[in-house]
Amino acid sequence: MLRRLHPIQPEAFVFSNKNKAWANEQIKKFPKGRQASAIIPLLWRAQEQEGWLSRPAIEYVADFLGMNYIRALEVATFYFMYHLKPVGSIAHVQVCGTTSCMICGSENLMDICKELISVEQNTVSEDGKFSWEEVECLGACSNAPMIQIGKDYYEDLNAESFKNIIETFRSGKIPRPGSQTGRYSSEPLKGLTSLKDYESDKNQFNASVQLADSFGDTVKKINPNKIKNTAVVKE
Amino acid sequence: MLLDKDRIFTNIYGMHDRSLKGAIARGHWDETKKLIQKGPENIINIMKESGLRGRGGAGFPTGLKWSFMPKESDGRPSYLVVNADESEPGTCKDREILRHDPHTLIEGCLISSFAINANVCYIYIRGEYVREREVLQAAIDECYDAKLLGRNAAGSGFDFDLYLHHGAGAYICGEETALLESLEGRKGMPRMKPPFPAGAGLYGCPTTVNNVESIAVVPTVLRRGAEWFKGFGRPNNHGTKLFAISGHVNNPCVVEEAMSITFEELIDKHCGGIRGGWKNLKAVIPGGSSVPCLPGDLMHKDAIMDFDWLRENQSGLGTAAVIVMDNSTDIIKAIWRLSKFYKHESCGQCTPCREGTGWMMRVMERLVSGDAEVHEIDMLLDVTKQVEGHTICALGDAAAWPIQGLIRHFRHEIEERVGSKKSGKISAFAAG
Repeated sequence: MLRRLHPIQPEAFVFSNKNKAWANEQIKKFPKGRQASAIIPLLWRAQEQEGWLSRPAIEYVADFLGMNYIRALEVATFYFMYHLKPVGSIAHVQVCGTTSCMICGSENLMDICKELISVEQNTVSEDGKFSWEEVECLGACSNAPMIQIGKDYYEDLNAESFKNIIETFRSGKIPRPGSQTGRYSSEPLKGLTSLKDYESDKNQFNASVQLADSFGDTVKKINPNKIKNTAVVKE
Repeated sequence: MLLDKDRIFTNIYGMHDRSLKGAIARGHWDETKKLIQKGPENIINIMKESGLRGRGGAGFPTGLKWSFMPKESDGRPSYLVVNADESEPGTCKDREILRHDPHTLIEGCLISSFAINANVCYIYIRGEYVREREVLQAAIDECYDAKLLGRNAAGSGFDFDLYLHHGAGAYICGEETALLESLEGRKGMPRMKPPFPAGAGLYGCPTTVNNVESIAVVPTVLRRGAEWFKGFGRPNNHGTKLFAISGHVNNPCVVEEAMSITFEELIDKHCGGIRGGWKNLKAVIPGGSSVPCLPGDLMHKDAIMDFDWLRENQSGLGTAAVIVMDNSTDIIKAIWRLSKFYKHESCGQCTPCREGTGWMMRVMERLVSGDAEVHEIDMLLDVTKQVEGHTICALGDAAAWPIQGLIRHFRHEIEERVGSKKSGKISAFAAG
């Protein structure tokens, strides 16, 4: 798949002080001289800071790790989780479309995306708040169909619950991630068939939802103003 | 049916205490020092004896893999890399270990690394599992605080560091050498073998790459003995296994069961049966997207869920990700979607795969709509054979097999669709 940099790019990128300290810690995970190993997490952190991955950010990370720009560019364009152009300011909806989800109704979810967000995927909605794309298997197949928004998985969806999630975001609130049908995690919906002893004293939520819930704000809000000072990339 | 007392993953749904304290209460981290004191050779022998075959898809014996590692260092360090890049469509078992039973994995990392003489281990988790990564990191931090990791890990005298690293959305990084490339900070393009990772892997040093589940079962196998583990499943297919069932069953779930369980028992006991009853079963992909599908009646009657039975029936256990499809499924479209997946995920390094996956997807697209000629089915089959085995890694094979399975078992359906489109055209023409 062809992945190119966005024609409109910000002028500069620097890690926030907090992220810079974090990045220096990441490099310590690897042997001396092997700091390039940290590029994927660093690019990811840059994307989290800006909302998408711009050319200055890629070059900044390359400089940070002492890599040639082309090596960093290769990584940025190879891995699909890097957004090479701006996404919706509230939520970028990633609908899993691979077979398990498809046969459980992910096509309906994508129809709803077309209706509520934008006809074409990877296009920001008119109000700038949402965008969506079809992604390949996200690895929560027993909870199909499912989507990812930000860091969180929303599972066991149907048309209604999916619309609810989008509407909740639109109204400025944060929906609760995880199964939308009351399942705890990936156990059989109609009751446990194994490990029954542990049901009585369970935590309120499964590990992923518990963590998201403890942060309160489950999606990282992306500042749409970030692209204000722009310079067009020379082709 | 497997009893709870014989389950290795006692907190797979995360309902019980997920902290280190909870894990210890369930028997993990129990005298880990003693397990380590058995010595590398003993540990490897017990793993060999247990018959554990790698849980990542290929089913290579884990103990044997470890024995390829150099016994004495030539100056280079050795590494253990845990493959948590779970991306095979249908597979969602490792996610449950990572977020709900992380201490099985962390303890496994320590013991396995000791067995192969590696003082450093990297866990490579897929980028999309953000919460799972945060949960796992918290569990690792807990172990460092409790001195179970780090210097003199668990009081064993063995120094050990465990690092969590992540990807950014590339299926190919589940291939072991692509994973190593990615871990070194490059595009995830598989390497030629040989040299095998045990000779020259991460940073050119001896490396073993194992699946999450393979490593996570190690402490329990050592604790309870090879004989115990061997007590489950048919010869050559021992142990317990996490099955992930998705698709058209009444209650899809992830569940740990004994190897060689029949398909019928697995579905009836844990998944509440097939949606609409057994007569409504059309096809099953028994081991994740890369293995050929099998028709419903064969699966219902005799299927035994293990490596050997499924291989004898021209499919595979893979990651034990069972995708069930009932009669409402357009099976041609379901397989087309997998072709689309492989086209999307081909790294582009080898021509047969880069060009072939796109080509196969486009022909599949026409078979779905019926806009094709009957002879094109054989042509497609022929092309799958040209892709298969002619690439550096197994992604080319994985793209070819689902289509081969479809043609093997559902050729009549494709012919019917192509034919009816044709006759529809002719009658429309005649009417005009």
